[in-house]
Amino acid sequence: MTRMHITTCLNGEEIDFLCEPHQSLLHVLRDELKLTGTKEGCGTGDCGACSVILDGRLVNSCLTLAAEVQGRSVETVEGVAGPVSQAGTVGLHPIQQKLLEHAALQCGVCTPGIVMAVKALLDREPDPSEREVRYWLAGNLCRCTGYDKIVRAVLDAAAELRNLPEERQPA
Amino acid sequence: MGEEDGERKFRFVGTRPIRHDGVDKVTGRAQFGADYSLPGMLWGRVLRSPHAHARIVRIDTRAAMAIPGVKAAATSADLPEIEPGPGPANLAHLSRNVLAREKVLYHGHAVAAIAATSEAVAERALLAIEVEYEPLPVVLDLDDAMAPGAAILHEDLKTRGGKDAGPTNVAAITEYDRGDVDAGLAEADVTVRRSYRTQTVHQGYIEPHAALAQTGVDGQSVLWCCTQGAFTVRAYCAALLGLDVSQLKVIPTEIGGGFGGKTTVYQEPLAILLARKAGRPVKMVMNREEVFRATGPGAATHTEIELGARQDGTITAARVRMCFEAGGFPGSPAGAAAMTVLAPYEIPNYAIESLDVVCNKPRTAAYRGPGAPQAAFAIESALDELAEKLSIDPIDLRLRCAAKQGTRTPYGPTFKRIGLIETLEAARDSSHYKAPLGPDQGRGIAVGFWFNAGLNSSAEVHLNEDGTAIVATGNPDLSGSRASLAIMAAEELGIEVHRVRPVVADTDSVGFTDLSGGSRVTFATGQAVIDACRQVVRELRQRAAKIWDCDPDQVDFVDGRCVPAKGSGLSEEPLALAEVARQAGRTGGPINGQAQLTARGAGPSFATHLCDVEVDPETGRIEVLRYTAVQDAGRAIHPGYVEGQMQGGAAQGMGWALNEELVFDTQGVLQNPGFLDYRMPVASDLPMIETVVVEVPNPNHPYGVRGVGETPIVPPLAAVANAVRRAAGVCITRLPISPPRLLAALHDESGGDS
Ligand code: FES
Ligand code: FES
Repeated sequence: MTRMHITTCLNGEEIDFLCEPHQSLLHVLRDELKLTGTKEGCGTGDCGACSVILDGRLVNSCLTLAAEVQGRSVETVEGVAGPVSQAGTVGLHPIQQKLLEHAALQCGVCTPGIVMAVKALLDREPDPSEREVRYWLAGNLCRCTGYDKIVRAVLDAAAELRNLPEERQPA
Repeated sequence: MGEEDGERKFRFVGTRPIRHDGVDKVTGRAQFGADYSLPGMLWGRVLRSPHAHARIVRIDTRAAMAIPGVKAAATSADLPEIEPGPGPANLAHLSRNVLAREKVLYHGHAVAAIAATSEAVAERALLAIEVEYEPLPVVLDLDDAMAPGAAILHEDLKTRGGKDAGPTNVAAITEYDRGDVDAGLAEADVTVRRSYRTQTVHQGYIEPHAALAQTGVDGQSVLWCCTQGAFTVRAYCAALLGLDVSQLKVIPTEIGGGFGGKTTVYQEPLAILLARKAGRPVKMVMNREEVFRATGPGAATHTEIELGARQDGTITAARVRMCFEAGGFPGSPAGAAAMTVLAPYEIPNYAIESLDVVCNKPRTAAYRGPGAPQAAFAIESALDELAEKLSIDPIDLRLRCAAKQGTRTPYGPTFKRIGLIETLEAARDSSHYKAPLGPDQGRGIAVGFWFNAGLNSSAEVHLNEDGTAIVATGNPDLSGSRASLAIMAAEELGIEVHRVRPVVADTDSVGFTDLSGGSRVTFATGQAVIDACRQVVRELRQRAAKIWDCDPDQVDFVDGRCVPAKGSGLSEEPLALAEVARQAGRTGGPINGQAQLTARGAGPSFATHLCDVEVDPETGRIEVLRYTAVQDAGRAIHPGYVEGQMQGGAAQGMGWALNEELVFDTQGVLQNPGFLDYRMPVASDLPMIETVVVEVPNPNHPYGVRGVGETPIVPPLAAVANAVRRAAGVCITRLPISPPRLLAALHDESGGDS
């Protein structure tokens, strides 16, 4: 089978890769590009562990063909934080920081998907209600937490982001 | 009482530091089972049975091996034959579950495995494997399995604890009794008699099973896998493959949930076997469908209960008979269910009987508090009905017979200090319990119990030259246990929590440690960490004595510093731990502590849950409006993760009560092997889950820790069912309470014994 040559913008950097026409973006990210932060929980679009942001929209990378990202922009969990400082957490996005402060992860396998889903939510709705958060995250399964602490962390992160001065807003 | 209980002021215990592995987990750097790969790696795939019950006549892998890119094939012929025998984990059965030998016993049972240069080639090769089956009648469920003339799954199976010698599908009977049940029932003014059923459920961890194996020409193997117990995997793989334990090193990866389902092996030995045959590393990752078809369900059950009480609420007798579906091989938690079912209560007369029954479904694995949720669903539902008949508040009824210090358990031991009454009182006094309810709304309460486990743990504490410390243990971290172990080390060493680095070590790098399960890590491994830290402290005092040229008895260790003991007459300035660590090379060498123990005296854990629901009488839809989980944690080391486990268990239990069910057709084929149709709770299904952590210290742990993980899944099944019963006015005897089932119950004149 001839492989396709795809050029895309991944976490702000121009990259290219070869893929089979049927290969999912998830598999290319994980197996070809070795970006294993994006997880596979089901491969069928039902768990959200593979969530990435494609041209500003939240998608399941297991349901996205790798070839579809030609000329577009992909954000994965690896691109959310800035460099980690010596103190440990300074580079984190407020979403990541709040998830940690609220102990909103146990095993953590759903966390990368949650981070991406929340980022997509807060990018479009800076002041969501609890109900909006719950419905937005309904595509992201978490089996460990019962969602309580995740929802609280998201509301807290939203408040923090709203209060950050313009120049300190994360990219 | 614990040695420091009450008096001791903790500096770090009870605080909420950010977990040490947190940054890795929110940035995607943490490596889970499927995230490892090696150069030259092959991909392994498993061929699974299309029949739920059949004899294997012949397997031929030659055509598959002829496909370019296929490097190895494995069948049960490649595994040493292990004779059936007794033991907690029957290795003959485990071997046959890993690769079917004489028979396939469920749809999806592993039959053969292939390693090839890509997953696609491996998949193609599976299709080329020829297997000849002789189909047998399918034994679908408990009723089928125990019917006269039922097809027999294991010809050699005898009932453990039973009288019949004949061929049977009943693998074991567990019985406990006391007093005279018939006399007790005769004394009762009011009785309740019901039969309850629960369906097969799945642990539903988000990360599928994954393993990567590498073998050298010297026969040494390394295995990376997501497991709750690296030493357990090592023991099973070595036994199943006929290797010395020292020939295998297991490196536990981060683990994306287990809930008991990752306490056994499936493809781990196959990855090693294929790697040995192919001479190249082999990676195997299950897809979600395989996880549902071939791993870990929690058992379906049928329970019959008869309860009697006097008008004043004194329970006079209980008769309980439970049947658990074990799936293809014996080993359901029927025994644990028998032990837990009446443990929260003092009942003068009882008879408990619990059966472990095989049928053609996947072999059950442990699921959080194994057996206890199903048992609690039955007994707590019956108790609630009894309370209603007696017009007694359901919490009051339970308080009247609640187990306490000195109560003898049905399974033998007598409870030491326990906190059941405290959790009931906290629930009764909560704002939730007093809140008003609207129309079509109901409130349910239920109690749950789990023993908690002790078992074997090792720990190593290495004091670094700058006064930071490494704490290495052998327990994979499923829910923040690194943080709780580090907090305990910080408490002992008197250094900040983030100066302690907790490490999950591989099987070559730390002493034997039983798996992360049974709510044992903070209790048992925590004790090993505390012991190891105390050795370090002893050593620190000796080193300070050397520096001061005095007797170690003249040195005390307080808040991370060596200080002259009271009355020692010394006037030296305190020596900080970091200072002693810095001088270690000149005072006797590196300072390390190492401890190992069999932890005894795990503290039984009790919980009381409250649940409010609203039912829609037209559609049967149930909405959970409010939920409160109260639990005795003994001592909450990191309260954030204690609450988190309580909330997570409650959510799993609500799913079990309302939606979750593995649906099999008449041929034993699973109809819903995906998250779309196996409907676990999502964020929009649930309310906030309020938590009340009660702390009745465990007298057998230095800080009073009991362990938290299992108990929270025990009460919710009944808490939800009781709420629905009170909201809808119909008795709930079957889970899940799906809308059609509730509607049918609402329309059933007979009282809804659906
Ligand atoms: S892996 Fe993509 S949604 Fe589950
Ligand atoms: S933290 Fe384990 S699945 Fe969400």
